[in-house]
Amino acid sequence: MITKEDVEHIGWLARIEISEQETVEYMEKLNSVLGYFGQLDELPTKDVTPTYHVAEIYNVFRDDVVEECLPQEVVLANTEHKQDGAFRVPKIG
Amino acid sequence: MVYENPDGVRIGLEIHIQLNKLKTKMFCGCSTDYHNAAPNTHTCPVCLGLPGALPVLNKKVVEAAIKVGLALEGEIAEETQFHRKNYFYPDLPKGYQITQYDFPIVSNGKIVIEGEDGEHTVGITRAHMEEDPGKLVHIGSIEKSKGVLIDYNRSGVSLIETVTEPDMRSPKEARRFLDKFRNILEYLDVFDGNLEGAMRVDANVSVHWGTRVEVKNISSHKGVERALLYEIMRQKNVIRRGGKVSQETRHFDEGRGVTLSMRTKEEAEDYRYFREPDLMPMRITDWIPAVKETLPELPDAKRTRFIEQYGITDMHAKSLTSKIMLADFYEGVCAKGVDPKIAATWTADVFLGELNYRDLAISSYDGEKIGFIHAKDPRIKNSIKVSDMVELVNLFAEGKISDRAAVEVIRTMLDTAEEKTPSQIIEEKGLFKAEDDLVTKAVAETIAENEAAVQDYLGGTEKSLNFLVGQVMKKTKGTADAKTARDLIIKELKG
Repeated sequence: MITKEDVEHIGWLARIEISEQETVEYMEKLNSVLGYFGQLDELPTKDVTPTYHVAEIYNVFRDDVVEECLPQEVVLANTEHKQDGAFRVPKIG
Repeated sequence: MVYENPDGVRIGLEIHIQLNKLKTKMFCGCSTDYHNAAPNTHTCPVCLGLPGALPVLNKKVVEAAIKVGLALEGEIAEETQFHRKNYFYPDLPKGYQITQYDFPIVSNGKIVIEGEDGEHTVGITRAHMEEDPGKLVHIGSIEKSKGVLIDYNRSGVSLIETVTEPDMRSPKEARRFLDKFRNILEYLDVFDGNLEGAMRVDANVSVHWGTRVEVKNISSHKGVERALLYEIMRQKNVIRRGGKVSQETRHFDEGRGVTLSMRTKEEAEDYRYFREPDLMPMRITDWIPAVKETLPELPDAKRTRFIEQYGITDMHAKSLTSKIMLADFYEGVCAKGVDPKIAATWTADVFLGELNYRDLAISSYDGEKIGFIHAKDPRIKNSIKVSDMVELVNLFAEGKISDRAAVEVIRTMLDTAEEKTPSQIIEEKGLFKAEDDLVTKAVAETIAENEAAVQDYLGGTEKSLNFLVGQVMKKTKGTADAKTARDLIIKELKG
């Protein structure tokens, strides 16, 4: 079960401000989702190897060859918050 | 002698090294040659974490990791893979770092260092591959920061993080470990330690086998020793006052030389590690034989060979193999048929000593000349040719110049950018060894002019002899051989 404190902590990890009312709302929604997935626990999986990739592919590599980068103005095109060629963000506490 | 470790100090290190010899970043084709570039000019959708971009692993990263693993005598995993480490911070555009978690590529290695009481083995818990975050620059000081500027040029550069066992028992051992580790990495040619940010260290330290404290953000070898000395003193003081050391993360303030508490609410479980679905797992043990073939002779083996092959002392062999470029330079000099013992003295003692005195670090060797660069100001750089060292060693070996003159030649070569051979420098400065009759004349004059010192010496005051030798050197402007002058004075006075 997810508690109100868990929701507040998750909010902090995501650096999202969550109101008192939202905390209760998210707690209920998250518990409902977890409960739904909890049905999987009923299946016998003791002897089943976990599947992380549906395709059994190994060793996908590229060679160490330089490719063209994006121009600075394109990189910064989607933000208004820029200064001296860098992204500018508020001080991080 | 066994080291007692009176304060029960235990130190473990986590070392991040950049694979800055690779041409491209870890998961994209962006160039790693960004050190003098404008911000955000070496990026692409992959290293900016733009939606839909897919990472593809640089094969050379895996080869480098295997090389490091083999050099540390570790085990290479049968199967290895990447995880996502989730946290929100603006240096990480995706909101997670691609790293390795419970299946690191390397585990159970070791490095033997010169410890407090002789050879000491430091265990390597693991080494894994991960990507570097971007770089943050605070506007103003960190405390009064008005904002943060982000440059993603570094974002996605390949790192290898190496974690040691808490096997080091003093800050000195920690520093020696780092020196040795860096030396090995340079031998492997995966890493250029002279580039800014190439090696970053976090240290875990505890005293009296107690609670461990993590000290983050140490960027130099000297910094590690200082940070640890401070932190050990702080922990001892806490205990002396009857307090308890609390488990925490502290930040090293290099300018002030102190560690400061960092409040952090994030615990390991908060990183919500899970397998990276964008990257396929790897089975690379069949690469090992081929990678093994590319492994160079490592420092310890080279040291042993130097002693046997060149008949030099262990001290010289150790010093010469402390940098692969220096070792290669020395071998380049010896290959020209000079006396290897004399070459060792002039390379390991004088040349290296004069470099250290000037804060110059060896940065290149191309078979013809060895280059060096100022540790703090990369604009200051110079080089010395193999042929120059050969000439100098031969002139000295043939007795044509005194040792003082040879030192003077090396200093001149380091301090001037003009390309001059030792003979030219000797000619210009008049450093050729004085003819014997000149020295004999100077000895006679010195004895005549310094009666008091002569009497003192004859009366048993050995120091006065040094004074007289000094006078002869002065008269001959340093061109006399000090030993010859000394012998002549003794012969003259005592028969």
